[in-house]
Amino acid sequence: MLTIKNLHASINGKEILKGIDLVVKPGEVHAIMGPNGSGKSTLSSVLAGNPAFEVTDGSVDFYGKDLLALSPEDRSHEGIFLSFQYPVEIPGVSMVNFMRAAVNAKRKYWGEEPLSATDFLKMMREKRAIVELDNKLASRSVNEGFSGGEKKRNEIFQMAMLQPRLSILDETDSGLDIDALRIVSQGVNQLRTDQNATIVITHYQRLLDYIAPDFVHVLYKGRIVKSGGPELALELEEKGYDWIKKEVDA
Amino acid sequence: MKNAAQQYIDLFHQNRALIDSHSAPVLNSRREEAMRDFEQLGLPGKSQEAFLHTDVEAFYAPDYGLNLARITPKVDFKETFRCAVPDLESRPYFFAGDIFLGGGDPALPQGVVACSLREAATNYPALVERYYGRLARTDKDGTVALNTALVQEGFFLYVPRNVQIEAPLQLVHLLHGAHDFMANRRLLIILEEGAQVRLLSCDHTLDKGNFLTSTVNEIFVGPRATFDYYDLEESTLNTHRVASTFIRQEADSNVLVNGITLHNGYTRNNYYIALDGEGAETHLYGMAVADKRQAVDNFTFIDHKAARCTSDELFKYVLEDSATGVFNGRILVRQGAQKTSAIQTNRNLCTTKEAHIYTQPQLEIYADDVKCSHGATTGQLDGNALFYMRSRGIPEAEARMLLMVAFTHDVIEKVRIEQLKERLHKMVERRFRGTLDKCAGCRICQ
Repeated sequence: MLTIKNLHASINGKEILKGIDLVVKPGEVHAIMGPNGSGKSTLSSVLAGNPAFEVTDGSVDFYGKDLLALSPEDRSHEGIFLSFQYPVEIPGVSMVNFMRAAVNAKRKYWGEEPLSATDFLKMMREKRAIVELDNKLASRSVNEGFSGGEKKRNEIFQMAMLQPRLSILDETDSGLDIDALRIVSQGVNQLRTDQNATIVITHYQRLLDYIAPDFVHVLYKGRIVKSGGPELALELEEKGYDWIKKEVDA
Repeated sequence: MKNAAQQYIDLFHQNRALIDSHSAPVLNSRREEAMRDFEQLGLPGKSQEAFLHTDVEAFYAPDYGLNLARITPKVDFKETFRCAVPDLESRPYFFAGDIFLGGGDPALPQGVVACSLREAATNYPALVERYYGRLARTDKDGTVALNTALVQEGFFLYVPRNVQIEAPLQLVHLLHGAHDFMANRRLLIILEEGAQVRLLSCDHTLDKGNFLTSTVNEIFVGPRATFDYYDLEESTLNTHRVASTFIRQEADSNVLVNGITLHNGYTRNNYYIALDGEGAETHLYGMAVADKRQAVDNFTFIDHKAARCTSDELFKYVLEDSATGVFNGRILVRQGAQKTSAIQTNRNLCTTKEAHIYTQPQLEIYADDVKCSHGATTGQLDGNALFYMRSRGIPEAEARMLLMVAFTHDVIEKVRIEQLKERLHKMVERRFRGTLDKCAGCRICQ
């Protein structure tokens, strides 16, 4: 579904991604790990279309479409979902209006009628249950006053609402206690099918105990320097990143 | 002497008898002095600091017609115009320009007087005499002086002691006509001790002509009285508006003013609020949505004269295209006004490089036991929020609109009438969607 070739990207003239190659197929879970500042979050931002980043070289193909040519909203409609490391608070925009605008924009893109108020609220209710998100939160402004755990659960709730083909979870485990981590991971696992795929970006192996990856990649200095199976994550957990840095820098 | 002013001076002297004959003695008795002041002051222009960014003199420069002979328009607006807030029982009174068309509800509580100012000045001369022109001094601001010299009509409201009027009163101001004209409008409101009333006022321009409205509002709020004033402007690019609201609050009174400029041409609003009695509370709010070449200038002055008073002030502007916003907020805490709490906030969104906001918060404090703060911020739409929304599939234009609606959310939330609040939220959204150029509930506009 996703083929990234030689992807280069920079922000404010500074090159962060220096040639990423990655292929993701339906049903797969890829973990991208790496030390701080290696470019993990940049990769997720670039895939979602954050205008702060400039793609300087390379290509990204998503189901035969040139992903980089699409606006962030069209990428979403095509089935890309980014769970933000730091979900944004939007005071004054209610979760209900926010989700309704999102869901109906996607339906419009695919030539479908907007959901009726009843159907929409029913859908909200069902999807909220997946991440045990309180009804009170759903009636508040987007992420405003949410705790760290609630924000992350809200991300997975939105993912459930939008039913993406490719989910990118950017450090979803950061700031989560063990209970929230369990709820979030169960939510992600529940949404997995053999038709969709997940890219899990994480610094620690901990999350991968809950969301089992098929492939593990190590990102360092803007490149994928090592790829392997789940055992690679365990090795990193045990030995840290220093040995990889040494290998690469040598 | 400036040219723009001279035409009004000439007009006044040439038509003095006509003006008087269609008004009332109390109003007529103030004209002479007001015109003398006007001849001294002239019209305020950019050379004066308080008018630095808004050339009010230019508002008055065109040759407007004045309806001095008080010809009542043929159209019966009461039958064709509906500016109702759904589910809200209100009592609408209608004005076409500065002509009072009547309206309202005869079933007001006993002792309440709600009628045209001319009628009040005729039937209750002593009452009107005691209050008229006492807050709106003519020797300070040329626009107030000119209004006092020319005004023939207006609206009068008197609420006796401890009388509380549940259903809000509504003033529907229509600007309608084939010719360019100027309307001199006047409000005189008196709330006795413990009285309570809420007033909605809306401005609607129904034609494409050039109109100028000059408004002077004088509001006396007695001890423990509660007064809400919601003032909504929905006019056109060719409408010029200068409105000065003077409020005097006595002890433990509670006033809320919310001035909303939803669509306009050129607007200058002045608010002067004097907290005269201990424990008075004032809430002064406002917002402006402006695009194209619209300009909105709000000048506010809250005068803390007594101890233990509270003022809460919030103004927000959303400026697009080449719109201009001006906010000048002065708060004076006088010596002896101990335990004052004064909060002022001004927040602005400029969505283009051509949009301008000029903001000037001014706090002057001469008491030593007070809690005062002010803050002014100006920015653009939050890029992170915009990307977050787009990443969820919300198209950029829709995301921008939602963020702008959200930005003004808290000003509308201050409204103390639930149905009006709902209505305003919808109208603001429609404004940002570009589907509101006129009032929503009105058959003429639709």
